[in-house]
Amino acid sequence: MTLSVSLQHAFPGVSLDVRFDAPQGVTALFGRSGSGKTTVVNAVAGLLRPDQGRITLGDRVLFDAAQRQNLAPHRRRIGYVFQDARLFPHLSVRQNLLYGRWFAPKAARRAEFDRVIEMLGIAALLDRRPGLLSGGEKSRVALGRALLSEPDLLLMDEPLAALDEARKAEILPYLERLRDTFALPILYVSHSPAEVARLATTVVMLEAGQVTIAGPAHEVLADPTGARGFGQREAGALITARVSDRQEDGLTRLDCGAGPLWLPGITAPAGAALRLQILARDVMLARTRPEGISALNILEAEIQDIVAADGDGSAVLVRLQLAPGAGDKTAPEILLARITRRSVSALSLAPGLRVFAVIKSVAVAPGAVGPQAI
Amino acid sequence: MTDWLSPDEWTAVALSLRVSFWAVLVSLPLGLLVAHALARWQFPGKQILNGIVHLPLILPPVVTGYLLLITFGRKGTVGQYLDQWFGIVFAFRWTGAVLAAAIMAFPLMVRAMRLAIEAVDPKLEQAGATLGASRPWVWLTVTLPMILPGVIAGAILAFAKAMGEFGATITFVSNIAGQTRTLPSAIYTFLQVPGGEAQAARLVWVAIAIAMAALLLSEWVSRLVARRISGR
Repeated sequence: MTLSVSLQHAFPGVSLDVRFDAPQGVTALFGRSGSGKTTVVNAVAGLLRPDQGRITLGDRVLFDAAQRQNLAPHRRRIGYVFQDARLFPHLSVRQNLLYGRWFAPKAARRAEFDRVIEMLGIAALLDRRPGLLSGGEKSRVALGRALLSEPDLLLMDEPLAALDEARKAEILPYLERLRDTFALPILYVSHSPAEVARLATTVVMLEAGQVTIAGPAHEVLADPTGARGFGQREAGALITARVSDRQEDGLTRLDCGAGPLWLPGITAPAGAALRLQILARDVMLARTRPEGISALNILEAEIQDIVAADGDGSAVLVRLQLAPGAGDKTAPEILLARITRRSVSALSLAPGLRVFAVIKSVAVAPGAVGPQAI
Repeated sequence: MTDWLSPDEWTAVALSLRVSFWAVLVSLPLGLLVAHALARWQFPGKQILNGIVHLPLILPPVVTGYLLLITFGRKGTVGQYLDQWFGIVFAFRWTGAVLAAAIMAFPLMVRAMRLAIEAVDPKLEQAGATLGASRPWVWLTVTLPMILPGVIAGAILAFAKAMGEFGATITFVSNIAGQTRTLPSAIYTFLQVPGGEAQAARLVWVAIAIAMAALLLSEWVSRLVARRISGR
């Protein structure tokens, strides 16, 4: 089932003009504050009526300005996980969880109560009242409540924004499990590049009410426009790697198309596919294979193109195509490197040139490592 | 009970309780509707409705009673048709006392409920809607439980006010023993008769006791409900 959104809405100061599709998986709606993300989500949920446009979910029309159609929120069957959880304070956790189930058509009951409770780890909270839950617990209950209302689509408006880093780390694995267990399109609003890099299968970037780039996550994150949207500190392409084996010194070998990567702190079992975000600022380039260097990860690559990076103009983004390994039939993977203009001319880097990308293994943040999405 | 209250006194107390009970019960749904309209809806004439609702609080009760008389009296602009078509008569009946008490207590009731409704976060109601609940269901399962302390407080306040209503009642439906002689009217009557001070004093104690009980009850109930809906 795919969500198709096309809408125009005028606010004092900003006007929103957005068009995108959200297929199965997690579609991240990424943008800075005030870019119109929440407006889009509210329009999809039916809490806001756009001036113009059309919103469809599968073959259901949720909103069509031209045909004067506007389905009431309670008929849309869209689960909404609000940033502030919005649990009903007068009901117990169990009653909160079962609230939506009351109104869901019986035929649609897919999400089994016990399974959802177990996945979210909230069995111990069932008889508690929402007022006494921690922020992370509230988020999980809100997620469970939305899931159990049997939605055709899940909206999540910065569900982690109100949580500290420790709580975020607690919730993220649940979101990954959710993405990989339930065949449910998820529209995920976020202004955090790290969350997007970890969760998204599709990325839609918004800036001042307009879509700047949209597409599969690995394409958007490897695109210079996408990289600029993420900002110079957090831009970085996604690559997929398979866990090979764990060594006694704590490092784990991962195999990607272009060769082995050594990473610390990997807990996934051997054979598991992981997605890694490699930050552009953590990639160095060398014309010859460097020797006598402490960095462990050196991948051979070909320069695809060199484009201006954001910032003061001293830096550029180099898009690299990783050399496919022997017998590797998957599409070549892209890596982004942020280097100075001075280095480009000193090394006479140009498209088509073969180079070596040097990645410090510690540079791959554990938060950016997650199970690969379907 | 009758050994310490004379039959006359007992009649007045029972009548007052009955009048107040019905006054609150009948005005409760309308009060909720008006409070909801004032708290949430935008419509032309909102300030006028607000003014009309609060008018009995500001006007001299005698004026309210007089207006009731010319509107709902037997020959009143509305009263004569109510009598002709439905056989409903307010003038000089205990039902008239209910009407007077209800109108005098209405502003207090609406005020308490309006504050409670304004305190409900509409975001919670939106959450209910996204979970599949239609507007009436959201109101019943989210809004009503949240405003319950305010509703109870408003009802009890209105009850206490109705118990004490004197001016509008005596103007509208006079002071007929067993029919419209409520507790305040009875105290007033006893004070007009030489030697009635003792009877008046007994009724004063009853009035104080009922008022105290109503206050304590409202405190207790709203604390109970508030604890329940605070989510703790």
